[in-house]
Amino acid sequence: MNIIKMDVLTTGLIITDENLIIGTVQKVGRLFMLKLFRNLTKRDKFFMFLVLTFIIGQVWLELQLPAYMQSITILIQTPGSELNNILSVGGLMLSAALGSLVLSIIVAVLIANISANFSATLRDLLFNKVISLSMEDIGGFSKASLITRSTNDVTQIQVFLVMGLQMLVRAPIMAIWAVIRISNTQWAWTFSTIVAALILFALIGVSMYFVIPKFKLRQKLTDRLNLVTRENLTGIEVIRAYNAEDYQTNKFKEVNDDFTDTNIFVNKIMAVMQPSISIIMNALTLSIYWIGAILIQNTMSGNEVVLFSEMVVFSNYAMQAIMSLLILVIVFAVFPQAKVSGDRIMEVLDTESSIIKGKETKGKANHSGEIEFRNVDFYYPGAEEKTLENISFKTRPGDTVAVIGATGSGKSTLVNLIPRFYDVSSGEVLVNGQNVKEYTEKALNNLIGFVTQSAILFSGDIEENIAYGDNDQSTPTKEDIRRAAEIAQASEFIEKLEKGYHSHVAQGGSNFSGGQKQRISIARAIARKPEILIFDDSFSALDFKTDRKLRMALQNEMANATKVIVAQRVGTIKEVDQIIVLENGRVAGKGTHKELLKSNKIYQEIAHSQLSEEELA
Amino acid sequence: MRPSQKSTKTSENFFDNWKRMIQYSQRYWKGLLLAILFAAGGNILTVLGPDRLADMTDTISAGLKTSIDMTAIRNIAFSILFLYGFGGLLNLLQGWIMVNITQNITRSLRADIANKINRLPMAYFSNTTVGDTLSRVTNDVDTIGRALNMSVQNLISSGTMMLGTLIMMLLTNVWLTLTAIGATAIGLISIGIITRFSQKYFVQQQNHLGAINGQIEETFSGHTVVKVYNGEEMVRKEFTDMNNQLKESGFKSQALSSLMSPIMTFIGNFGYVAVAVLGALLTMNGTVSFGVVVAFIMYVRLFTQPLSQIAQSVQSLQSAAAAGERVFSMLDAEEMADESAKTEEIIDTKGYVEFSNVQFSYGKDEPPVIKDFSAVANPGQKIAIVGHTGAGKTTIVNLLMRFYEINRGEISIDGLSTQEITKENLHDQFCMVLQDTWVFEGTVRENLIYNAQNISDKEMIEASKAVGLDFFVRTLSKGYDTLLDEKVSLSQGQKQQLTIARAIIANRPMLILDEATSSVDTRTELKIQEAMDALMEGRTTFVIAHRLSTIKNADTILVMDNGDIIEKGSHEDLMAQNGFYKDLYNSQFDNVS
Repeated sequence: MNIIKMDVLTTGLIITDENLIIGTVQKVGRLFMLKLFRNLTKRDKFFMFLVLTFIIGQVWLELQLPAYMQSITILIQTPGSELNNILSVGGLMLSAALGSLVLSIIVAVLIANISANFSATLRDLLFNKVISLSMEDIGGFSKASLITRSTNDVTQIQVFLVMGLQMLVRAPIMAIWAVIRISNTQWAWTFSTIVAALILFALIGVSMYFVIPKFKLRQKLTDRLNLVTRENLTGIEVIRAYNAEDYQTNKFKEVNDDFTDTNIFVNKIMAVMQPSISIIMNALTLSIYWIGAILIQNTMSGNEVVLFSEMVVFSNYAMQAIMSLLILVIVFAVFPQAKVSGDRIMEVLDTESSIIKGKETKGKANHSGEIEFRNVDFYYPGAEEKTLENISFKTRPGDTVAVIGATGSGKSTLVNLIPRFYDVSSGEVLVNGQNVKEYTEKALNNLIGFVTQSAILFSGDIEENIAYGDNDQSTPTKEDIRRAAEIAQASEFIEKLEKGYHSHVAQGGSNFSGGQKQRISIARAIARKPEILIFDDSFSALDFKTDRKLRMALQNEMANATKVIVAQRVGTIKEVDQIIVLENGRVAGKGTHKELLKSNKIYQEIAHSQLSEEELA
Repeated sequence: MRPSQKSTKTSENFFDNWKRMIQYSQRYWKGLLLAILFAAGGNILTVLGPDRLADMTDTISAGLKTSIDMTAIRNIAFSILFLYGFGGLLNLLQGWIMVNITQNITRSLRADIANKINRLPMAYFSNTTVGDTLSRVTNDVDTIGRALNMSVQNLISSGTMMLGTLIMMLLTNVWLTLTAIGATAIGLISIGIITRFSQKYFVQQQNHLGAINGQIEETFSGHTVVKVYNGEEMVRKEFTDMNNQLKESGFKSQALSSLMSPIMTFIGNFGYVAVAVLGALLTMNGTVSFGVVVAFIMYVRLFTQPLSQIAQSVQSLQSAAAAGERVFSMLDAEEMADESAKTEEIIDTKGYVEFSNVQFSYGKDEPPVIKDFSAVANPGQKIAIVGHTGAGKTTIVNLLMRFYEINRGEISIDGLSTQEITKENLHDQFCMVLQDTWVFEGTVRENLIYNAQNISDKEMIEASKAVGLDFFVRTLSKGYDTLLDEKVSLSQGQKQQLTIARAIIANRPMLILDEATSSVDTRTELKIQEAMDALMEGRTTFVIAHRLSTIKNADTILVMDNGDIIEKGSHEDLMAQNGFYKDLYNSQFDNVS
């Protein structure tokens, strides 16, 4: 009994120990951003190995220099030395320096290569991560912050790599070497060197204590700078219309001042370091000489000359040792900045996609063009109340379904569930008879042509915008693009443009009117030739005539596609196969226009708010 | 899609950009001068150190065979301590002054860019991506800041250090000095050559960084479309291309410029050997004392050490020059006309607005969007503009607000041409609600009140109630103090309600509604309509709307097609005319056949 208990206890202890070890390993790993550096490619790692080897070689050569210097000193001191001897030692010293130059250049080029490559890898990983994430996952980061992380933070890492790689390897070797060379000389000298090193460490430790929290703050403020500037750019019309330039300027000034103050604080502390370090180093030289003077004075053995040359050499090596420590310390001073950035990058890379992708590439046979909601509940992450509750409906292939309801009733949310922008909280959404969760992302998207509420266009030309994306079929031909534009009622205005389909589109389509933007984005959806078309209130900026023509064209030309339309105007949905009336996230009515007009109070209200009695008939 | 590469003339001249940089920093010349003086002083004191140290070794050396003069040693030691201490203090002060100056320069660069955004014509932004401008504010100015912070200080102290050491060396021994100078000259020349070769890669690097920032911003902004259209492959390919370009220019600039430091180190070693050999020769000849050679070795170090620092500085100055070019090219972009000389002002607005023969095109060579537009709005009237999408309705509003300047004709308010008043005064006349809603990161309250002054909570809540938003806001966790960021999902309709409330609160003499309620459901719209009607009461109002029900009661309806007014009149008039308008009006009731 006791023995077993003991066993359990010791095992428990061992386990805790292991946990402790694992924990420590993890901590150390986190501290040095091992996870981040795991993203180095094999080639980078090989280059790093080369860098390491070459730096060792280079340091070795460099360290020969003081030795040659010492022999030269002795030669000069010894009466009757040949000039040839001095020259040959000098020659050796120069060739060592030259060798070191060659190796340094190779190292520099390799490091430039590694750092450029690694930051490209990081940018690539970040970019791919963000575009692979769903909107739900991305919600935690502001766009501005994601942008900072993808460029600014990566640059911080790059700057660190360029400095760090070289010095992290060099400095310890130099320091150890120098220490070995001088370790068996006078203890008083060694002691003063140690004291100097300790003071240095203390100085740096204290400054880091103050500075490190500021590094974090600084990157956050960079996010804010991006955010406010981005607001200025995206809201430029409103800002001008409201004469709110000063308001925005003040907002920017606040962030700018905070940012600048943080930088001033950090840099002022750094500015203390430089002179302090040089004082410490010079004081060390001084004390070595001073101590030397005393030692020489007190020596009994008569080897004053040896002691003197030892002193000169020691001061050289001591300097070297301290310098190396110093470089190491500088690396560690830059390191926290890089670490802050590294952590920010890892935060994005570690974000797991909450949408687990399925494997199916096809829907069920005989269900083509079918959409079904089964008892769907949905709430936004962190929200207390359900945005959608118990939604059920089904469409037949080629049907048109309209969703109507008050602002904020959940219409957009409902259609967002079909392409899995968000996953349902409970219930099922089926497309072509299969749960959307079963599909691969690509396969699901291939079935769908989705038109967002506010048109999203990309800088480029009109043709590129309409042909945007990939549907696993052949890329749309010019013919396809024109046909899509025609159906979307966009061809008329496009062809009037001087450059037609090759007209420049500014970012966000800002050089087109709202209706034109919407029609281009509708054409984009049609050019995909999808089985399902979803319009999230995408006709709001169209005039009635255009709207009508467009709906007719859709009806005729895209007859086989199932259409889901979020709508505001009863007039536009009178003829659809099924209307779903949403009220506070619940289905308040389902049926055709006529059915609903007869029986559904909410639908009646909506209809009456728009049309007079006779118009409704 | 790739942002069109701007074909601005890129001078790859390192010095031109720095000249500009120095001009920009002129206002800090006093501080700069002080810093240089302090740096010089501090370094001269530091340079004097080895000289005193040489005295010390000489004293020791002299006493080797006999006895060392310990009093002399102590005196020398204390004088050295003083030199280093005081020198360090001066260096510290210099450092602090420079931190203040450089950080203030970068602060004002950022502020200047932010202000510049307000003064640039709208057309500027159709050729740039948002992300590229962001990159100028953060990445480019950061690069400049980093460079200024590191290198300017370094250059000042390195320069004075070299100069000071040079003087000390000359005083000590001319031949040894010439040797050191010869070695250094080789180094400086190679810095010059490398700089010349690598500068273009630095410029490329900053441009590529801006371009990729633009692509990232645009992709992240259009995330929905990228995903649902399977556009990932495509943007990924574009991104990879840009990323490779950036990698390439980053590698080239870094590799070339990091050659400088090893070369400088070699030059240092070379000088060291040269001086040692020559020193040995001279000592053997008995020309100089051993102490002099020891001191000289220190000097050579002091003299060549700055070389590798200078090399590093030049490297960051190079990237700063490249970044500076981008910042200044934006600051130099042509601004909207200066209006400070305008004295005319609309004060007591009556609201008489007249368009006479207005013509407009977006570019000089482009066909006119508005051909010959004339219309009158009497005080308090409601003017509706209808027409097909792209008929030029929004353009008219943009011209009224002078977001773009007309080519011909005149727009006047109360008889005063809008050209004669400042934009600020003009904008003060209008509350404007736009098609594209704009909600910024801030609380609901901040978004509603925006830049209006002295708005009580009561007024704000009333406005919010009037547009039917109050109930929703109350369901938010912190009510009106809820922060609207990416985590709060407002529907498009709610955003429109918010922007209408913002206009109500702004309370200005006239009103422009450009599809203000297009995403609001019609029942809510009915409720808002009351608030809008109250708002329009006595205010000249311009309405663009597709829901013709909302404009039926307008005093005048202008029907536009292809940039011209084709019909004009009240709803009844136009219906009677049996023309374009009637067609448009009836189209909302036609069934899809």
